[in-house]
Amino acid sequence: MLILNCPYCGESADETELAPGGEAHLRREGPESQDEAFESYLFHRSNPKGVHFERWRHAFGCGKWFIAARCTATLEVFGTYAAQTSCPPQEIVDKISERRPDRRGASGS
Amino acid sequence: MKRYSAFAIVREAARHHLGWQRAWTSPEPRASYDVVIVGAGGHGLATAYYLGKNFGITNVAILEKGWLGGGNTGRNTTIIRSNYLQDPSAAIYEKARSLYETLSQDLNYNVMFSPRGVMMLAQTHHEVRGYERTAHANALQGVETEFISPSRVKELVPIIRLDGPRYPVLGALWQPRGGTARHDAVAWGYARACSDMGMHIIQQCEVTGIRSEAGRVSGVETSKGAIGCNRLGLVASGHSGVLAEMAGFRLPLESVALQALVSEPIKPIMDVVVMANTVHGYMSQSDKGEMVIGGGADGFNNYTQRGSFHHIEETVRALVETFPMLSRLKMLRQWGGIVDMTGDRSPILSKTPLDGCFVNCGWGTGGFKAIPGSGWGMAELMAKGHSPLTEAFSLARFREGRFVDESVAAGVAH
Repeated sequence: MLILNCPYCGESADETELAPGGEAHLRREGPESQDEAFESYLFHRSNPKGVHFERWRHAFGCGKWFIAARCTATLEVFGTYAAQTSCPPQEIVDKISERRPDRRGASGS
Repeated sequence: MKRYSAFAIVREAARHHLGWQRAWTSPEPRASYDVVIVGAGGHGLATAYYLGKNFGITNVAILEKGWLGGGNTGRNTTIIRSNYLQDPSAAIYEKARSLYETLSQDLNYNVMFSPRGVMMLAQTHHEVRGYERTAHANALQGVETEFISPSRVKELVPIIRLDGPRYPVLGALWQPRGGTARHDAVAWGYARACSDMGMHIIQQCEVTGIRSEAGRVSGVETSKGAIGCNRLGLVASGHSGVLAEMAGFRLPLESVALQALVSEPIKPIMDVVVMANTVHGYMSQSDKGEMVIGGGADGFNNYTQRGSFHHIEETVRALVETFPMLSRLKMLRQWGGIVDMTGDRSPILSKTPLDGCFVNCGWGTGGFKAIPGSGWGMAELMAKGHSPLTEAFSLARFREGRFVDESVAAGVAH
């Protein structure tokens, strides 16, 4: 069972307490954007077998959205952080580089 | 290839079963092929089979990173039905169901298709309205279904409890020509027929890169060396996104785990397939007597081929209320498969931004039933560049907003 630490209330919550919200760090396209960009924003998802950044809501806890860095191949959790960021914080990036040295590009999306 | 028949069984029995041939060959890959299919599951093998049978293209290799039929083909709950709401879905699933009816004869391999009937329980008033609508749509599409009353449900499934306090049975959508088939045999039968046509099935051969020249696919790099091809078909369900990344485009897919479980074998208690979509549970009894139960999908990306325990708990809890006699059954095995979900819960059979490269993926939680139809349409698409069966399932539908929305139609992931 997946257990994530909510960065707001500090609770260690198992997945029955959480609601998954899909890929994190998507940049919303505005009215001026091209069709391709809008299609990509709405539908295309990076679906990596490995490190993934995704949104979760502490639904049966404090109710707030946060972001988890997780490995989809092993279910290892690298850390969680507040949702009000456009890219993962440096400490998470460092943790991922340490655990997955072969991974190309340690940024978010 | 020697044909299987009653006579062959007698002949081989008389000589101590020493004369059986291997069902398919395991050759080393050639330097190049006309067509390379990535993924030797049901859909990949069916695509190769109909390329050979319908279009005479037999210079084909089917690459598989694990073993033949070892992915979702061997992990599903073997249900076959075609009671979909939207016309393009009904067309491809009904094509598949009708091909299943004669598949054993066609492949000379017993796939044990059992048209025992599929029943989708309506357990809320919303579902009653939805299934009545589906039954009307199916009548127009030429798919034989009907909405049946609770008393008819009880007649067909005597072990059911109609008046459960939380999930009463208010009726059901009944497809008498739906049923089950032996999932492994479908893969094995197609593999044997493909091998018989001279195609190469190469197992333990993982694709690690896709080569292209001037925007057109020219081959793949694999764990057994580079293999050239004119046309490439990516038919890798949950791992399609990983392959698409190698080919340089993205797919509107997310891979999640879907679980199933089987009970200990018991005497025959139920001779139809029952699906209860409100509670995400579906059940049939296998020929061995095991109750085969399918559960819901996890909501988060996962490639581990095992799912969360609480989904199993929810499914079993709800099924026990509707089938009280199950409460004493022990469960023997539980497993998970990685399913590739699209936004509209319909598959993708399409050309891609890379010329000569085609994808067949996104079957989500319901790919097994579609195998023959999917292979038929995909083969036509790869051979001719277009197919009436796959037209509505192109990648362009996402940009153009022409969804084939089956998530709302069934009210459940399926």
